[in-house]
Amino acid sequence: MIGMAEIRLNRKWCKGCGFCVEICPKDVYTRDTKVSPRGFQEIIIKNPERCIECFLCEYLCPDLAITIIRTQHPINKETLPNDL
Amino acid sequence: MSEHLYKYLRTETFPTPFCAGCGHGILMGVILRAIDELKLDFKKMVFVSGIGCGAWIPSPHFKTDTLHTLHGRPVAYATGVKKANPELKVVVISGDGDLAAIGGNHLIHAARRNVGLTVICANNSIYGMTGGQLSPTTPKNTKTMTTVMGNPEEAFDLCKLVKACGAKYVARYTVFHTKPLIKAIKTALNTDGFSFIDVVSPCPTQYGRRNQLPTLYDMYAFIKNRLVHFDALKKYKKEELAEKIIIGEYRDED
Ligand SMILES: Cc1ncc(C[n+]2csc(CCOP(=O)(O)OP(=O)(O)O)c2C)c(N)n1
Ligand SMILES: [Mg+2]
Repeated sequence: MIGMAEIRLNRKWCKGCGFCVEICPKDVYTRDTKVSPRGFQEIIIKNPERCIECFLCEYLCPDLAITIIRTQHPINKETLPNDL
Repeated sequence: MSEHLYKYLRTETFPTPFCAGCGHGILMGVILRAIDELKLDFKKMVFVSGIGCGAWIPSPHFKTDTLHTLHGRPVAYATGVKKANPELKVVVISGDGDLAAIGGNHLIHAARRNVGLTVICANNSIYGMTGGQLSPTTPKNTKTMTTVMGNPEEAFDLCKLVKACGAKYVARYTVFHTKPLIKAIKTALNTDGFSFIDVVSPCPTQYGRRNQLPTLYDMYAFIKNRLVHFDALKKYKKEELAEKIIIGEYRDED
């Protein structure tokens, strides 16, 4: 098994736009089913072990709320989405 | 955004004032990454913005001097800052309405005079802050609050305009092109003279909502289908380009 990246989500800054859920090529994130008191479906880190450290969510989070801490393990470049 | 970039932010001002899914937040992160990669002295930089959502990108979030000025006038203020202290790196970050509509004259003359500024246009092709009115950069046939039947006019290509005025470095990318955009911002910051980057930044709230694109992901899919690279322009006829977004670095035509 490859080492697991650490995914930090700054919940105070997140507004729940859900772009991370849609842009993640490995289905790491999902939305909560119910609406939180803050008025949106909170983002849940469902499958952190699937993260391939492509950093799409970190770069594209509009609220600067996601930080990915790399594992020491070298990542497989071929699994990176290359359309951007 | 990576926590190592939090040092550039007044974290007490967060969360940002932007709507959920606003592209301006992505642009904010990208600009900071470019500055971090260049290892510039942040305290020797001044960020100038006008009025609009895009103008909120540097101010109050960046932990250095920022000038939040009159609507349409950031380039004029920035020229003053640069003339008073040429050692400062002066960066203008503002919206398309601010820079191209009310502030259009300042933009073209700063480019003509080759003032040593970097101007970054947070182009959401709409007046986001005031309710989604048509702006000079609204794409043809799309709907806004003031063109409910679709915009009959062609969008203004700001890069072409500024290039024609003599700007030294001109480029356009969308906020989704994070890597090329970081590279472009780095080049612009290192350019001696006037540099301009037009950044397509989606506004799902005011623009998307009226064009059946209510989320950032919908806007992403919409924008992705309209991209044409500057180097591939020759393959298209003029009419075909009316609804396209030209990306890449604008080079001198031969
Ligand atoms: C002199 C003046 N005219 C009009 C306005 C109203 N106004 C405020 S923001 C804005 C448009 C901003 O659009 P843009 O620069 O594209 O920024 P966005 O909100 O889209 O990021 C207008 C017309 C104003 N504040 N001052
Ligand atoms: Mg705008």
